Parts: sequence; structure tokens; C-alpha cells
Amino acid sequence: MALTSIHNVKITAISACVPKKSESNLDYELLSESEKKLLVKTTGIENRRVARAGMCTSDLCFESAEQIIKEYKINREEIDVLIFVSQTLDYFLPATSIILQDRLKLSKNTLAFDIVLGCSGYVYGLSVISSLMSNGNFKKGLLLVGDKSTFSLSKEDKSTYPLFGDAGTATYMEYDPNSTPIDFNLQSDGSGYKAIMIPDGGTRSPWTKQTDKIIELEKGVKRNMRNLWLDGIEVFNFSIREAPTNVLALLDYNKTTIEDYDYVVFHQANKLMNECIRKKIKAPIEKVPYTLKDFGNTSSASIPLTMVVELGGKLEQNKNIILSAFGVGLSWGSVAIKRANINCLPLIELA
Amino acid sequence: MEDIAAFIKKIEFEMDEIEPGTIKPATHFRELEQWSSMMGLIFIALIDTEYNVTLNGNDLINCKTVDDLYQVVKSKIQ
Repeated sequence: MALTSIHNVKITAISACVPKKSESNLDYELLSESEKKLLVKTTGIENRRVARAGMCTSDLCFESAEQIIKEYKINREEIDVLIFVSQTLDYFLPATSIILQDRLKLSKNTLAFDIVLGCSGYVYGLSVISSLMSNGNFKKGLLLVGDKSTFSLSKEDKSTYPLFGDAGTATYMEYDPNSTPIDFNLQSDGSGYKAIMIPDGGTRSPWTKQTDKIIELEKGVKRNMRNLWLDGIEVFNFSIREAPTNVLALLDYNKTTIEDYDYVVFHQANKLMNECIRKKIKAPIEKVPYTLKDFGNTSSASIPLTMVVELGGKLEQNKNIILSAFGVGLSWGSVAIKRANINCLPLIELA
Repeated sequence: MEDIAAFIKKIEFEMDEIEPGTIKPATHFRELEQWSSMMGLIFIALIDTEYNVTLNGNDLINCKTVDDLYQVVKSKIQ
């Protein structure tokens, strides 16, 4: 049973950073005019932020963390925990979180490690950092979450290229014995691991001469084995089946109803899918913010990015919120944060 | 389940640029000018929302005509 409540921890602030460079799906040459129209209507995605060569997820997360540290005048020596959640690490090794500990000039007493998760990463990351901080040994923590998904996309694959954008975020967590418990429902199903994957480059299937061979699956869909492969129908069916069930089980567990919440923030996958999920949990549309139009699917960063862009100034007075994430793994989960007072700082753009 | 005419009406409503009455039970939906893999997702979402039926990838691949699709949905309801 992956339902749990974590005490004594609060989310104080969230920041997010995106690359300044924006691409429009309306300029994407592989799509006909009617395909562009259908894509925007169905996925809700019109523009995406794309990191330039050399700009990493960790750079976007670094800027976000700096914004929080400066805004709260945090003594860097006092940050006890740093967790980096991403599928786009700086190197195979060492862990990016440890490099960030040094870049952010944090103490050598900082506990730092990476979690490799995508779409579900923010919800999972929140649960891990909250668990670590719950007993009061660690008072201040930073959860850095994001992805440079565009790194692995084939520009000649019209079925994936127009969907993803890049972003990095930081969430400032504090130990607080007076905080309301945070409720989680976390789940996994590895039988669906092929639904979203980059096939080559790990120890199971190392790079070979065949890795870079371009495979044409259909007209406008060309990719190689180091690109992202996405089975749209499988992911769609998984998400509309599991995400609503997961949220409803969480509500049952903490004895609340959807009406008790001010906002429900979904992982920004695509509009059609998210709307199916929203209707199944009966969340009114005005409580469900979207950032798909201008940022696309930003993987693990999509929930905190949406909070920064759409809910800035709206989460500061004991608001009740649900966050729900689902995707690559397959991995999914939801979290209910009650009486939240979260300061969502202004969005940063990195040139 | 409602009859196939009502089913077709819903499909035509989802396909923005189609003239009502274009789709017949024997229509091969993949051969329609408006068809694309994205339409597959739209069909799945429509059928899930309207009939609470989940179509998987194979269901869709195995269907050629609109009537095939209707029969699959009908069998999954019963």
C-alpha cells in the first residue's frame, strides 16, 4: 500500500526557470496546416521552450535555487538536504546533485543525491524529501526537479518533437512541527516500461554502430535508438485509467472530497488526456491550471512550473491542493497538501 | 448502447473538418482524409468519455471500418 501521510514538513516556496528560446509548433515544417491545427487542438501545445546546446537541466535548477536562496536570504550552511530529480543528468556519473551542492556553495554536511524519474518525479521527490525531513534532523531542504527533454528528441519525429519543452525548478522545504500532514499515494508498474523509453545507452542495451541508424516508422516519424520512443496509445490508456483511480484512492484515504480543494495541478502531458482525467475525478475546470499552450510537456518540472506560472500569489492563504503526476516508468502518484502557504516566485528565463 | 447512427454522429462531431453524413458504417476510417494517429487518441478519449470503454492499441489496429469500431465498443459494454 503506497498511501502514506508525512508530518512536520512544509513547502515554503517554489521557483522555476525556462530557456528564453521559444519554438512554435505552428512553424514546425513536418506538419501540414491541418495537422498543426489538430495538434494544437488535441494536445493544447503551441509553444515550447528549448534549451540551447550546453544548457543543462542542472543550469535551470541552479538558477531556480539561487532565486529562492536570495529571496529568503537563506544561510547556505543551513541547507541540510539537496535532491535532484531528473532523467537528464549532467554525466553518467557522478550524481548531478553533488555537483550542484558545490555550485550552490552549500555545506559539505549537505546530504545530496539524485532520483531518476520523469513525469512522476515531482510527486515522488516531494515524498522522499519530506520523509527525510520529517523527524527534525534536517531543517531545510531543496528539491530540484526538471528535465531537458528536447536533448533526446528526434527533430524528424512529428509524433514526439512537438510535445516536449525544457524547464528546471526548485522547491524550498522546511521542518515545521505545526504543519498539516502531507498525504501521498505513489504507484509503479514496470510491465509498461517500453511505453516511454530511450532504448540504447544503458548497460542493458549499450550504444553500438546500430544505435545511430535512423529508423523510419512512418512518414514524418524518423528516430534512432538514442531518441525518445513514445507509444502514445499505451500512455494515453494508462494515464486515463490509473491517474483518476490514484487520486480518488487518496481522497478516500484522507477522508476528503474533490470539493475540499482549491486547485488540482496535473502533470502537463496533453490537453485531451488531462481533460479525460479531470472529468473522471470531477474537478471543475477553473480549479485545474494548464501551462501546455506555452511550455508543452516539461516532464518532471511540469507541476512546479504550472504552480509558478499559473498560481503565483494564489497559494499563500491556507489553500488545499492536489498534485497528480503520471507517465514514464510507468510511475504515477498524487499528493494532497492541505492548508498550504506556498510562495510561487516569478518565472526566470535563461538566455 | 445507442445505435450506430448516434455513434457516427459523435465521431463526426470530433472530426472538425468533415461534412456531416460523410461517414457510413462501412467507411474505412483510416482512409479518410482527416485521419491521423492523433485522431486515434481522439477516438479513444471519446469512447472512454461517452461509453466508459477502454480501447487499446490492438483494438484500434484490428478495426478497419466504423462498424468494426462500433462492434468492439458494443462488445466491451456488454
